[in-house]
Amino acid sequence: MKIKIKKEENFIEYETELQDVTLLELLNEIKNTQDNGLAFSSGCRSSVCGSCAVRVNEKEVLACSYKVKDGDSVEALKNMKIIRDLVVNMDKAFTFNVKAKAWLHTNSEQASLNYEDEKINELQSDCILCSACYSACPIYAVNGDFLGPFSLTRVWKYVSDKRESGEQKKIRDIQDNGIWDCTLCNECTVVCPQNISSKADIEKLRSKSAQYGYMDPNFSNSFGGGFGFDGTPSF
Amino acid sequence: MNYKSDILIIGAGGAGLTAAIHAKESGADVVVLTKEYPTRSQTCMAQGGINAAFGNVTEDSVEAHIQNTLKSAHGEADEEMVRFMCGEALNTVEWLDSIGVCFSRTSDAKIAQRTLGGASAPRACYAQDYTGLKILHTLYDKCLSKNIKIVNERYLVEILKDNNNNVYGAKTLNIRSGELEIYEAGAVILASGGYSKIYGHHSTNSTASTGDGIATAKRAGAKLIDMEFVQFHPTALKSSSILISESARGEGGYLLNSKRERFTNELAPRDVVSRAINEEIVKGGDVFLDIRHLGEEFIDKELPQERKLAKLYENIDPVYEIIPIKPVAHYTMGGIEVDKSAQTNINGLFACGECANHRVHGANRLGGNSLLEIVVFGKEAGINAAKYALIKKESKESIIVEEDSILHDLEHFTNEIDFYILREQINNLLYKKLGIVRKKSEMQSLQVELLSIKEKVPLMGVSDKSKIYNTNKIEFLEFRNMLDLALEVVGGALSREVSCGAHYISE
Repeated sequence: MKIKIKKEENFIEYETELQDVTLLELLNEIKNTQDNGLAFSSGCRSSVCGSCAVRVNEKEVLACSYKVKDGDSVEALKNMKIIRDLVVNMDKAFTFNVKAKAWLHTNSEQASLNYEDEKINELQSDCILCSACYSACPIYAVNGDFLGPFSLTRVWKYVSDKRESGEQKKIRDIQDNGIWDCTLCNECTVVCPQNISSKADIEKLRSKSAQYGYMDPNFSNSFGGGFGFDGTPSF
Repeated sequence: MNYKSDILIIGAGGAGLTAAIHAKESGADVVVLTKEYPTRSQTCMAQGGINAAFGNVTEDSVEAHIQNTLKSAHGEADEEMVRFMCGEALNTVEWLDSIGVCFSRTSDAKIAQRTLGGASAPRACYAQDYTGLKILHTLYDKCLSKNIKIVNERYLVEILKDNNNNVYGAKTLNIRSGELEIYEAGAVILASGGYSKIYGHHSTNSTASTGDGIATAKRAGAKLIDMEFVQFHPTALKSSSILISESARGEGGYLLNSKRERFTNELAPRDVVSRAINEEIVKGGDVFLDIRHLGEEFIDKELPQERKLAKLYENIDPVYEIIPIKPVAHYTMGGIEVDKSAQTNINGLFACGECANHRVHGANRLGGNSLLEIVVFGKEAGINAAKYALIKKESKESIIVEEDSILHDLEHFTNEIDFYILREQINNLLYKKLGIVRKKSEMQSLQVELLSIKEKVPLMGVSDKSKIYNTNKIEFLEFRNMLDLALEVVGGALSREVSCGAHYISE
């Protein structure tokens, strides 16, 4: 099987005998036998650690859960600085969890979760922070301050948790460069290896925001102004 | 450039992040280093659950948890430490729940629990089959809320101590830049994981479980104990060694031999089940895990990862077909010796998690006790290291004793021998001769082979000369650590002449 891997500006072709294997198995084979310097990240091999996200034929996948095919072109994630070959610097994407304050703000001592409550954010808590969604996000590509998909999903995870009693504060922290900047294009959903839809979570955060009196700034601007949060007109 | 903090933590898995939270809450400033990113560690792969005797499903008691743990440990655990861990279990899980871990729930709004091998009651609290992942990510979120500094992609090269046996920091390789960095600290906590990857592709573990912290601590003079106790998990996928969680058997899965007959008690402790499977394989047979009778709805609800992984790696759907399996290295009970405060024999060097040996697992760990251990003793390590560092803050003599010269020497290594080939050879040798059933003569020949490979290390080396993100170099350093640890394991195994738990001698 022949595949191409992007190193610096060029795609380099590699050929191996392997068939019916994951991309990660193939990368390991290439590294151990042909190109010791080939740089890529991996960990668990079972799609839970989030280390090995790359793009194959311009689509984000986890190398450990993608069956590689003859002729595939493999390259690093987009929208992040490439350190070498398939390795990107994910530090910045991770900092959005801090900016979005993606944690339990105040634990409500009285809350007791039942089976149905647990299911509310079960999917969101499956996130593995692989950063595929940041690579696919067209808004993040043009606005480097956009909080982005996985951090907003994480915020929804906590906001929708019955144990969170600081809901209003959490909503306040995702207004700027946050939920209203998303165009709901759904690219993040398409590439998520855990079947999470950050787009859907952002929509839920918008409804919740509306309950607290926040409005879509794009909407108000398009009508030449609107009303501030204190009710006074703003132009 | 030198960095300074009260506490330096090496490793950002469940143990390291728990230690960080508690050290910070104790008033210390904390820096956490990881050779990956904080949510990538082995902890995320733990599926089955975390033990705490709540008795939410059927009656249970802390005493039963203690007795089950001691029995499985085959007399090699420290009863006082086991009592402490099992006693703390309830508070520990409640704490995890309070910071937002999404545990599965019962219909009456309690944390759901299931039975794992060797347990007398459903005791493992779980979050579907993502227990470790959800605990780890919540600990990470908690660290962020406490503004704990986590530095990614730093590889531990050396633990630094002065001539009075006091630790004062660590030397690390910045994987991205290729530069060496010194992190000074009043106390250092190792939370760097186990060494199952010495078995290479005969292991369920992450590629990162290369025992770096243990090997590096040994070089600094730390004492290692019980290194021969390596747990083989009974059910990994046959061709890829991907783990199929014990919960598959806990929920009622069967083990079948080539005749499609059950041949063992599926819920016996792991060492017993692994040997029973091994016996079938040695006879020339195959072994399968059968969960078909649990039904599609149940499998999708409780074991979704298992279904996905069996499809991907074995091309079979466990709803309709039986799963080919084999036992592979899964967890290392041995590690750095620590006292009750989680401190090693080096002053100010603490250890927790799989790299440490708190003597709670003895010769065989119970499912559901590893996640428990990392959070219980991660907390102890964090609190005690903070106490230590805050008291000794003013008095520091930093006279470097002796530096590890590997990175300097490496520049002169000749690279005539491909270490990737030797690495695979060692993996296979260890699985064969230091695996589930061991023979003295084989272990002796293994020791000779490993020593001869060690002599040839200067003939190995790296072909990639780049400073930037040189994984060839990192893998070589990991290889060196694994080789050193393989020698520790075979040495320990040869000196323990009687079978005990996971260390099983035939002849």
